[in-house]
Amino acid sequence: MLEIEIDGKKLTVPSGSTVMDAANSIGVHIPHFCYHKKLSIAANCRMCLVQVEKAPKPLPACATPVTDGMKVFTHSDQAVTAQKGVMEFLLINHPLDCPICDQGGECQLQDLAVGYGQSGSRYQEEKRVVANKDLGPLISTDMTRCIHCSRCVRFTEEIAGYQELGMANRGEFTEVLPFIGKTVNSEISGNVIDLCPVGALTSKPFRYSARTWELSRRKSVSPHDGLGANLVVQVKNHKVMRVLPLENEAINECWLADRDRFSYEALNSEERITKPMIKQGGVWQEADWQTALEFVANGLKGVIAEHGRDSVAAVATAHSTVEELFLLRKLMSGLGVDAVETRLRAADFSLKTAGATWLGQPIAELASNEAVLLIGSTLRKEQPLLAQRLRQGVKKGLKLAAINPHADDLLTTKAAELVVRPDQLVEGVLQVLKAVAEIKGIALPTNVDAASIDIPAEARAVAAVLDGKAKAAILLGNLAQQHPRYAEVYAAAAAIAEATGAKLGVLAEAANSVGAQLIGTDAGGDVFAKPRQAYFMLNTEAEFDVQNGAQALAAVQNAKLVVALSSFSSCALEHADVILPVAPFSETSGTFVNMEGRAQSFNGVVRPLGDTRPAWKVLRVLGNLLGFVGFDYTSSEEIRDEALAGDIAPRLSNVLAAPVAVKAQAASGLVRLGEVSLYQADMLSRRAPSLQKTADAAVAAQLRASAATLAKLGLAVGDRARVTQGNGVAELEVAVDAALLDEVIRVSANHPLTRALAAHVGAISVVKA
Amino acid sequence: MTIYAKGVVFEGVDFDNPNHWRLEEYVKRGGYAALKKILNEKITQDEVIAEVKTSSLRGRGGAGFPTGLKWSFMPRNFPGQKYLVCNTDEGEPGTFKDLDIIVSNPHALIEGMIIGGYAMGITVGYNYIHGEVFEAYERFEEALEEARKAGFLGDNILGTDFCFQLHAHHGYGAYICGEETALLESLEGKKGQPRFKPPFPASFGLYGKPTTINNTETFASVPYIIREGGQKFLELGKPNNGGTKLFSVSGHVNRPGNYEIPLGTPFADLLEMCGGMRGGKKLKAVIPGGSSAPVLPAEIMMQCTMDYDSIAKAGSMLGSGAVIVMDETVCMVSALERLSYFYHEESCGQCTPCREGTGWLYRIVHRIAHGEGRPEDLELLASIGDNIAGRTICALGDAAVFPVRGMLKHFRSEFEYMIEHKKSQFAALS
Amino acid sequence: MLSQESLAQIDRELAKYPADQRRSAIMGALRIAQTEKRYLTNELIEFVASYVRIPPVAAYEVATFYNMYDRKPVGKYKLTVCTNLPCALSGGYTTADYLKQKLGIGFGETTADGKFTLAEGECMGACGYAPVMLVNNHSMCNHMTPDAIDKKLAELE
Repeated sequence: MLEIEIDGKKLTVPSGSTVMDAANSIGVHIPHFCYHKKLSIAANCRMCLVQVEKAPKPLPACATPVTDGMKVFTHSDQAVTAQKGVMEFLLINHPLDCPICDQGGECQLQDLAVGYGQSGSRYQEEKRVVANKDLGPLISTDMTRCIHCSRCVRFTEEIAGYQELGMANRGEFTEVLPFIGKTVNSEISGNVIDLCPVGALTSKPFRYSARTWELSRRKSVSPHDGLGANLVVQVKNHKVMRVLPLENEAINECWLADRDRFSYEALNSEERITKPMIKQGGVWQEADWQTALEFVANGLKGVIAEHGRDSVAAVATAHSTVEELFLLRKLMSGLGVDAVETRLRAADFSLKTAGATWLGQPIAELASNEAVLLIGSTLRKEQPLLAQRLRQGVKKGLKLAAINPHADDLLTTKAAELVVRPDQLVEGVLQVLKAVAEIKGIALPTNVDAASIDIPAEARAVAAVLDGKAKAAILLGNLAQQHPRYAEVYAAAAAIAEATGAKLGVLAEAANSVGAQLIGTDAGGDVFAKPRQAYFMLNTEAEFDVQNGAQALAAVQNAKLVVALSSFSSCALEHADVILPVAPFSETSGTFVNMEGRAQSFNGVVRPLGDTRPAWKVLRVLGNLLGFVGFDYTSSEEIRDEALAGDIAPRLSNVLAAPVAVKAQAASGLVRLGEVSLYQADMLSRRAPSLQKTADAAVAAQLRASAATLAKLGLAVGDRARVTQGNGVAELEVAVDAALLDEVIRVSANHPLTRALAAHVGAISVVKA
Repeated sequence: MTIYAKGVVFEGVDFDNPNHWRLEEYVKRGGYAALKKILNEKITQDEVIAEVKTSSLRGRGGAGFPTGLKWSFMPRNFPGQKYLVCNTDEGEPGTFKDLDIIVSNPHALIEGMIIGGYAMGITVGYNYIHGEVFEAYERFEEALEEARKAGFLGDNILGTDFCFQLHAHHGYGAYICGEETALLESLEGKKGQPRFKPPFPASFGLYGKPTTINNTETFASVPYIIREGGQKFLELGKPNNGGTKLFSVSGHVNRPGNYEIPLGTPFADLLEMCGGMRGGKKLKAVIPGGSSAPVLPAEIMMQCTMDYDSIAKAGSMLGSGAVIVMDETVCMVSALERLSYFYHEESCGQCTPCREGTGWLYRIVHRIAHGEGRPEDLELLASIGDNIAGRTICALGDAAVFPVRGMLKHFRSEFEYMIEHKKSQFAALS
Repeated sequence: MLSQESLAQIDRELAKYPADQRRSAIMGALRIAQTEKRYLTNELIEFVASYVRIPPVAAYEVATFYNMYDRKPVGKYKLTVCTNLPCALSGGYTTADYLKQKLGIGFGETTADGKFTLAEGECMGACGYAPVMLVNNHSMCNHMTPDAIDKKLAELE
């Protein structure tokens, strides 16, 4: 520890601290622009110059290491003179037109200029003008305002993992830009908007729509992936105008994925449905709530009376809240219906564990593992901020390995990688298991039949990464969880974990995947394989939320009664009999349990649109109408307390409830790799226009394969290809993907262009269209 | 060649022989004897460093830091890779000594670097060469190849366990890369933007590894020191200012060129060696240490001796030993305008005071030089200078301000005249 | 996009640096590319970046920071004249003016026949040879008095 004095206050700080760290620790604010705690130190803005005793000149607090006995003066004449000098330089070429700048009111330059600026300018030369840049659909530029702090550039390189922005030219001609003709395509790009201290980079969707002081700031939780990023939702006139990160070091740090940040556009979408609707004689009619609810209650009772309780299934996505899922299950239970399912993207429902599957450790600890093995995950697109965390871990020595049906760039160093066909994921894990067993000199578990498995060098390399690590993790991603042999993948991965001492974890696909398991809404299995007479669908779009969307759609279309609780029309309207407009996350209180088992409750940030009602209230009233006891809740907190009574931790477990027989199989021929793309994963993302204009959205609309496979199929880049899977056909533009093995055809799943296709992994045929 | 006086670095070089720079000729005049002596007599690393300390050799790049002391800072037992870097990115207006070293005596530099590598336990070195002297870069590459073939460079040098790899890297037009941390950034394939120090290169240098950086002339002086002894080198100069030093003389003298003379030689003597003032004109002013050094008027300069201490006492810097001589016809406003343009043009743009301030300085000097100066401009220049100097990451900010300060201190009346009369008493540079 | 010979030269540059520090070779690689193609188009910068395996914007930063890289078409001979103070004291501006008048172009311009481009340069570290001029970035010409210029221009075909 070092002793230091700042503005006369004595304190001790750990060695290695900077003057800025020390000042922050006692709440002394030193003005700055380029400094950011998550980025490397640039020391280029010079705004944080402070006086240090015995130093001949002012020193930048952000970069100056504390030495023992140091005396720092942050507001002495020397310091303030230096800071004012810097402020003058920053302002000479900065436009002084704050009233028309979108950053006005939340601009660090504006704020500091009030304290450090002069009333008039001594600079009488012409000001610099810098051309704006096209950074894509999410980030708007006003480059003349740039003060060259380089935060955005450092972010792309250090946090997002790939330098998409640079500072070209030199001297006063320096300008921030992407490579000519390129946009910023990172899945976490929006953070540069927060990082920019001035109005150079602002939100494109939000541009000129409101002033910061007109907005109320309300806390919420992201409804997308299983991370549960904390949000500040900004609201004006009962409308969500913008979403920003709420800093939470344990979860999202100070970042958001673009999906968390920009999906709010859907909340104001024209597809919002605001009145209950009933289809009568094939024609949709608006109804009042009472009529609609009675229609539902009577309909359900009727189907059960006629066809029995097994003829009804309830489905919901795990983007639904704890409260909604709990009441859904309770309602179904009252009806005697057991089939309540949230694992809609699963293909194999046979896995049984001792508790709810989860990350296996706190999110904040992931990056401090010595080794992490990813199995079946397109991590950057499934869990953008988790990928960022692992990237930071790799910088500190974490060894990252992967067993995947692709070799996608994680924008960090992979220590080892085994790439397999999508239908050989089990075999890939077995190869590594066998290599681990060889290293350890142990026998394979008796439930594993891997006799036919040869161990390639890549599998040995993956095994070596885990070997001898005191702290390691094996993480199963969406591709594993959606795999047709998930239980086998899981059991083989568990065997590796057992043999190496690594912790097994599951990367929760949706905001409430863990909560859904805790509530027991994983009890239906594949409810569309054998069609039912009635479907009760909460926040679910059959073609987009169910693995075999085509099959699900057919089942729904043929059902006698389809009740849809949804915030949006479109798909739901096509095949339902009744639609009850329910609130999206922003219009209801609720709780999500994230991948580490943390329950995060939130309130609605705006009132429900039109006649929309929170789903928990709708379900409660349905329970009342059906005469069930125990539906007298007056608040969502009451429901939550009942649903999540007791500690969550003991109910989380990745231990297999029973051994799973794992047997290696052979595979050949063209095979589909179907991933749910970043911006098709949930109802909100699908309807956010700006996200749909991103490069990620464009890639999701392509058919991709290795160059050799394309050649063999007679396809060239840019061609249209017709793919057939089962009875479904889709037509897509062809692109080459060097990350794939031959014979693997990468075609998005649950995508508007591929909705007719069947399972995510399976035989597929391709011809030139 | 424009080397008019030979000392340590050019000792024995016969410029009339077109092959004078080649290894064969270098060996004939005693080259690589120092390296052989170290390896044959198993002179220890400590002994080599002690000899360099004895010589009182000070860094020839401009800062004048004692070389032996710098070498002793290198953590010799650091377990990972360490690097030795030579700074031949000579772009300070007025300086052209290192160019002549790598063109005329490249093996002295190579031998000096090998010895430095030996002394500090470093196995890999780079020489960063100014991009504009590309032919010199190519010659240096050729000299490296000669040294490799002769077994002086590479693995198991002269049959011992000692290994040292040396490569050439060229700049491509950025003055700032002469600043040592900008040079390291550039060597890493980035823009040459100086790093904030600490950490210093000795602990966090090239690729984040411990690195020692010296100037070309510094390294090229080392073989002599080892061969002839540090004491002999020291005695060539004066106490605390050991050895001979290359002075690059440019401007209004009859024989511009490099002069390798003992430190402490009176400026008047140097001027005489240069054949005196061109056209018999009167000396007006001298910039004694490269364009960044404050200008000194003739009467002060004629009293100075050419060493670090004397020039500092006179209010300027010996710097890299670049002596720019100006005669009585020179318009100092015009001279400053050209220098201010240079710093504005060469500012890397990284930190605020330099990026914004150098352009502002230039624009003011420019308008004064074009008859559009305002009475308040001289105060403004001084104030902007105060807001740049000492506030930047590297010394380029200072370098842009020092010429302004020097000119305003010694030739203020010329600026005042020009502001008042909208024209100069002297002709602009042409 | 580049000749085998240029690629071999880039490989030699790459060999100078540690295997995990390929980026160090970008300056040499861009210089080699420019020497072959006369100037750097964005496509060429992107090609070189991918060959060296760095993000294109990182190569672009380098290509725009160092002023000997040309990103606009230049003539067959690019003549860069130093006008910095030491050269100016020895006739640097006279040299520049003579070239301007003789070629009928200003700084930053190219003759109509595409043969010459004239550029103003900063200190080339050869002030003792003032006034100095660079031909195509790599060939230094010393003491460029009007006579010497006439002679040099006659040599450049």
